[in-house]
Amino acid sequence: MADVKMVNLTIEGRTVAVPDGTSILEAAKAAGVLIPHYCYHPGLPVAGVCRMCLVEVEKAPKLAPSCATSVAEGQVVHVHSEKALEARKGVLEMLLINHPLDCPICDQAGECELQDYTYQEGRAEGRYRDPKRFNPVEDFGGDVVYVANRCILCTRCVRFMDDVAHDPVLTVAERGDRALIGKFEGEDLTHPWAGNVIDLCPVGALLSKDSLNKARAWELDRSASVCPHCSQGCNMIVETRDNQVMRLRPRPNEAVNKYFMCDHGRLNYRWMNRQDRVDVPLVRQAGVLASADWEIALRAAAALLAGKRAFVLASPNLSNEALFLLGRLAKKTGGTGAFRVPQGAEAPLPGVEDLALRADRAANGRGAELLGFTRSETPLSGLGAGDVLIVADEELAQLDASGAAKAGAVIVIGTTLPAWARHAANVVLPIANCTEEEGTFTNLRGRVQRFLQAKAAPGVARPSYFVLGDLLAAAGEGSGFWTAGQTFDALAASVPAYAGLSYDGLGLRGAMTQGALAGASA
Amino acid sequence: MGFPHKPHERETLVLSKHFGEQEAIGLDGWRKRGGYVALQKALSMTPAEIVAIVKESGLRGRGGAGFPTGVKWSFMKPGDGKPHYLCCNADESEPGTFKDREIMRWTPHSLVEGCAIGAYAIGAEVAYIYIRGEYTEALDKMNAACKEAYAAGILGTNAMGTGKTVHVYVHKGAGAYICGEETALMNSLEGRRGNPRIKPPFPAVAGLFGQPTTINNVETLVAVPHILNNGAEWYKKFGRPDNPKSTGTKLYSVCGNIQRPGNYEVPMGFPFKDFLYDLCGGPLPGRQFKAIIPGGISVPIQTREEAENSPMDYEGFVANGTMLGSGGVIVIDDAQNLVKQIARAARFFAHESCAQCTQCREGTAWTTKILERIVAGDGSHEDLETLLEIGENMTGKTICVLSDSCATPVASGLQKFRGDFEALIKKKKVHMVPAQVA
Repeated sequence: MADVKMVNLTIEGRTVAVPDGTSILEAAKAAGVLIPHYCYHPGLPVAGVCRMCLVEVEKAPKLAPSCATSVAEGQVVHVHSEKALEARKGVLEMLLINHPLDCPICDQAGECELQDYTYQEGRAEGRYRDPKRFNPVEDFGGDVVYVANRCILCTRCVRFMDDVAHDPVLTVAERGDRALIGKFEGEDLTHPWAGNVIDLCPVGALLSKDSLNKARAWELDRSASVCPHCSQGCNMIVETRDNQVMRLRPRPNEAVNKYFMCDHGRLNYRWMNRQDRVDVPLVRQAGVLASADWEIALRAAAALLAGKRAFVLASPNLSNEALFLLGRLAKKTGGTGAFRVPQGAEAPLPGVEDLALRADRAANGRGAELLGFTRSETPLSGLGAGDVLIVADEELAQLDASGAAKAGAVIVIGTTLPAWARHAANVVLPIANCTEEEGTFTNLRGRVQRFLQAKAAPGVARPSYFVLGDLLAAAGEGSGFWTAGQTFDALAASVPAYAGLSYDGLGLRGAMTQGALAGASA
Repeated sequence: MGFPHKPHERETLVLSKHFGEQEAIGLDGWRKRGGYVALQKALSMTPAEIVAIVKESGLRGRGGAGFPTGVKWSFMKPGDGKPHYLCCNADESEPGTFKDREIMRWTPHSLVEGCAIGAYAIGAEVAYIYIRGEYTEALDKMNAACKEAYAAGILGTNAMGTGKTVHVYVHKGAGAYICGEETALMNSLEGRRGNPRIKPPFPAVAGLFGQPTTINNVETLVAVPHILNNGAEWYKKFGRPDNPKSTGTKLYSVCGNIQRPGNYEVPMGFPFKDFLYDLCGGPLPGRQFKAIIPGGISVPIQTREEAENSPMDYEGFVANGTMLGSGGVIVIDDAQNLVKQIARAARFFAHESCAQCTQCREGTAWTTKILERIVAGDGSHEDLETLLEIGENMTGKTICVLSDSCATPVASGLQKFRGDFEALIKKKKVHMVPAQVA
C-alpha cells in the first residue's frame, strides 16, 4: 500500500495528524471533538446542506462546513469559538421554527440529535411567532412512516436510497419551507435494506412502524450483539426493556456491515422473546418427561451416553463455543455431527461491497463446518442404529424425522421443546438463546465475532457452553468450561482454524480465522 | 434601447443597436449587419489568442458577479483529454432584469455567434444555452437561429468550413430562479433537481457532467464578437478614464416608478443621475425618487442621494454601498412604502429557495412572514431586531448566495428606511374585541 500523506492540523487546541483528503469533521472526531452535524453521515455521500457543522478556520474568510472541507497542513480550527457557536445557534433556531416540538409523543426523543444539539448549544427560547408549517403523516411503505413536520430535510434518507440501496424512491419534493421528503408515485420503501433510513434519520421524521410508540429510548437497555439471521454477521445492538427484546439496530463495523442492517435481520426479533421456552431440565421417568434438578438431568444424560456412539444434530445458530463442546462430546464417543442451514433469497445492499442478506439464514454455518460438523440437506442420514441422538437447538421443522427412530436414546439440548421431542426425548437440557448468553459466531468470510448477553434466560436454563461443559464433565471429559471466554480459548488452542485468536482479543469488532486470512492473502 | 422605444441620443449602442429591427432576427439580415464575421475570424485564430484578446479587453461577467471573462476562460486547460463545455446562462430570473430577453428576442444570432466563439476559445465543442422556462419568445427565436446556423454550415462538425466542431444547443428551463446559479444550472441541464452544488470543485474543474465547464451570461458572450471585430483597445475605451477595471458597454433594464422604463445601453462609468433623469425621464409627475436598486433585487438598496452620486460601473456602485449586479434598475418613489416592496422581494426568495440549506429554507420564509406581518400592521419593534439577526444568520453561511440575496434588501432597507418600518409598527392594527354585553 502506498504511503498516505499525513496532514497535521490543530482542532480546538489539539494537534492531530490525519490522511490527506480527510474532512475537518472526521479529523475532529480523531482528535476527540464532536462537531455537531445532521446531514453528514460517514456511510453516505457528503451533501453539506444542514450547515450545522460550521466551524471557524483561521485565515478563512467565511465559516467552513466541516463535513465538506478538507484538512490542510497547519490549519487551525475552532469548533467552539463564539462565531461558530453563534452560527450553529442560528441553524438550530431555524431548524426549530417549523418543528412541532412534540418530543413528549415522539419516538425519537432521548436519541434525537435535534434534541441533543439544541440542549447543547441552542437558544433557550425561540423567537418565532408565526404559524408553523403543517404536513400530514405519510406511510412510506415497508416498515417506515414519515412524520413530515419533524423533518429537517438533511436528505440522509434520500442519499441512502439513491447511493447505497440504488433504489431511488425518495426525493425532496417542493421548494423553500414547503419542502418535504417525497416518495415517487407508485413506489414504496420495500427495498430489503430500506429500514436503515429509520436509523439514519437524525430526528423523529422517519420512524419504524414496528416499534412505534412501544418504548421510550431511555427505558431501553442496550447490548452489543451479532445478528443471527444470516451468515453475513452484521453487528447489531439488542435493545431490551423488562427482559424483552424491543428492537434490533445496526452497530457500525467497517469490516462487515458498515452502518447498516437489513430489514429481515432487524424485524425478526420476536422469537427471542418466545414464551413457550423449556426452562427446566426434564428427564423421562416411567415414560413421562418430568422436571428434574440439573445434577440429576446431567447424570441421566451422561448415563445414556456411556458406552454409546453419539450423533449430534446441531443448529448452525449455536455459538462456536457450544459447537466446539458438542464436537468434543461426539468425538469422545466416536460419533459425528451434522447440521442443515435454512435457505432464503439473497438480497445484497449494492452500495456496500460484500454486504448482503445471505441465502444461508443462520449465523454460524461456517463455524459449524470449521468445528467438524457436516453440512447436509438430510442431516439425520449419518445417524447409526442404536446411537444416542443429541439434538442441539434444532426443531427439525420441515425435516423428515422418521430416521430419528433409529436412535437408541435422544438427548435434547435446546431452547424449546417441539412436539416430537415430547415423545422422543429421554433427557432435555434447557439452554439460553443467543440474546441470553455470550459467545462467538463465525461469519461466512471466517470472521469470528462476539455477542454479549442482552437479557436473562428463562427459569433455570443455562448458557449452552455451560450446560455442555457440565455434560462433558459428567461424561468424564475434562472440565473448566465455566465462561464463554474459557471455552473459546480452549477452542482456539485445539482447532487449527482458530489458532492465535483469543476471546479478549476479539473485542467488539471481531477477527479473522486462519483459513480466511490465508485465503485473503492468497 | 428596448423596443418599442427609440434609442436616446446619449446611449452607446453596441449590443442593442439592432433591437426592434425585424430583419436582424433572421440569418440573412444578421449577416448584412456584420454577423458571423467575428466567428470566421475566431476560428482562424488559436483559442489562446482569443482568450488573450478578451482578457486584454477587460470584459467582465455581466450576470452579476463581474468576474473577468478572459481570466475565467483561461482556467480551462486545453488538451487535458476531457470534453469541455460552455454553458450560456440565459436563465435571466433576477427580478427587475430583462436585458438578456431583448438580446435573444432581437439578435438571437449574436448569441449563437458569441457561444460559438466562447466554446472554441475554451476548447469545447458543445455549448448549451439554458433559457429560462418563461421566456417562450426568446426560446423560439434562439431555436430558429440555431436551426438556421446549422443549415448554413455555421455550426456543426465543419463550422464555417474550417473543419472545426462547434455545437450550440438550446435548453429550456422549467422556471426556477435558482437554476440561474451556475452549478444549479448544470444540475438542471443534467436532468437533476436544480440544487446548487458545493464548491469546490469549481465548474472549471468539474462542472457539467463532471467535466471542465465555463459558464457565461448572455450579455457577456454577446459582447465577444464585437471585441474580436473591433479589438480590445476599442472596447477598453468605453469606461471612466480613472477606472480601467470596468470597460465596455452595459445594458440596464429599468423598471418601477419612472417616466420611461425599458432597456438602455450606456458605457461603463456613465453618471447614474443623468441616466435616471435624462435617459429615463425622471420620476413621475409630482413624485420624487425614494430608493433605487441598481442591480436586480438581490443587491443593497440605495437612497436617492447615494444613487445620484454613483458612476455606473462595478467599482462605482460598490463605492456607494451596492453592486452593479445584473443591471436591473428598480426605481421606487416616495409614494411607496418600502416595507411592502421588501416583503414582496423576500416572498420571491422564500418561494424560490431550493430548500437545501437550513438558513435559506427556513430563513427566507421566516423573514417573509415577519415582513408581511409588519405590513399587515401586526409588527413589533422586536421584529426588526429579529429580522436583522435572521439576516445575519443567512449571510455567508450557505452553499449559494440566494439566502444572502434575501437578507441584503432587508438589512439595507432597515438601515436606510427604518422610518417606513416604524411607521407601520406604530400604526398598529386594532384587533377587534367583542363588545361586552351589558
